[in-house]
Amino acid sequence: MGFVLFFLLGGLMVASALGVVLTSHPVRSTLCLVVTLFLLAVFFIFLDADFVAALQVVVYAGAIMVVFLFVIMLLNLQVDPHERTPPSWRFFTLGGASVFVLAVLYLLRAAGTLLPGPGMQSAAPAGFGSIEAVGLRLYTQYLLQFEITGLLMLAGVIGAVVLAKRRVG
Amino acid sequence: MVPTTYYVGLSAILFAIGVIGVLVRRNAIVMFLSIELMLNAANLAFVAFARQQQSVDGQVIVFFVMTVAAAEAAVGLAIIIAVFRHRQTINADELRLLRW
Repeated sequence: MGFVLFFLLGGLMVASALGVVLTSHPVRSTLCLVVTLFLLAVFFIFLDADFVAALQVVVYAGAIMVVFLFVIMLLNLQVDPHERTPPSWRFFTLGGASVFVLAVLYLLRAAGTLLPGPGMQSAAPAGFGSIEAVGLRLYTQYLLQFEITGLLMLAGVIGAVVLAKRRVG
Repeated sequence: MVPTTYYVGLSAILFAIGVIGVLVRRNAIVMFLSIELMLNAANLAFVAFARQQQSVDGQVIVFFVMTVAAAEAAVGLAIIIAVFRHRQTINADELRLLRW
């Protein structure tokens, strides 16, 4: 992946992520996040993570974002004129986040060559990131965690139904 | 080839944007979307390091992060619906019953 493509897509992704935060209507925020997730899937493909990229599009952009859109539609939200935080708070937030990003970038610049592993230069082994490789690792080494994930999903489903249902009787 | 550090830097920028969204916006749904943004920034770092190490473990962890995000979205949105039913608002500044 060339530098030109990286900076083009990265700039687009940062712009759409800023759109999530800056637009006033929740529907526009959600659609901006969908764009961000799609661009993230493109980055995953460039990083040889094909299965994760497919999951990203199907599960995240397809399923989770649709749930968000449904809830926004159900609540029938209008643009909230009262949504206002003090300017000093905004200033502190922006300053803190900027310091965080600059610190991480400085750290990466100072220690970036010390990262362990073969690195980006060496080609990935055949089948790296394919559904076979990920699934094999998932069902052998991470089997217990996978089962716990099932339990988590069950708890999530039950919790969502209990919380959102109208009181009967 | 773009080095790993560039991807991690991009992930840091996305994470910071998510933090700003949670702290500045008062609409509960937009705050949730910002949390999703932070989770995805972590995913990008995981995948970049997986490629750096040429190990699939990072991608497996991304799978787990996605399941946690799905469960969190389901429960969180159910809470938002329940709160909206009682209070007719999801503005985080007006929900101050438990605030000290």
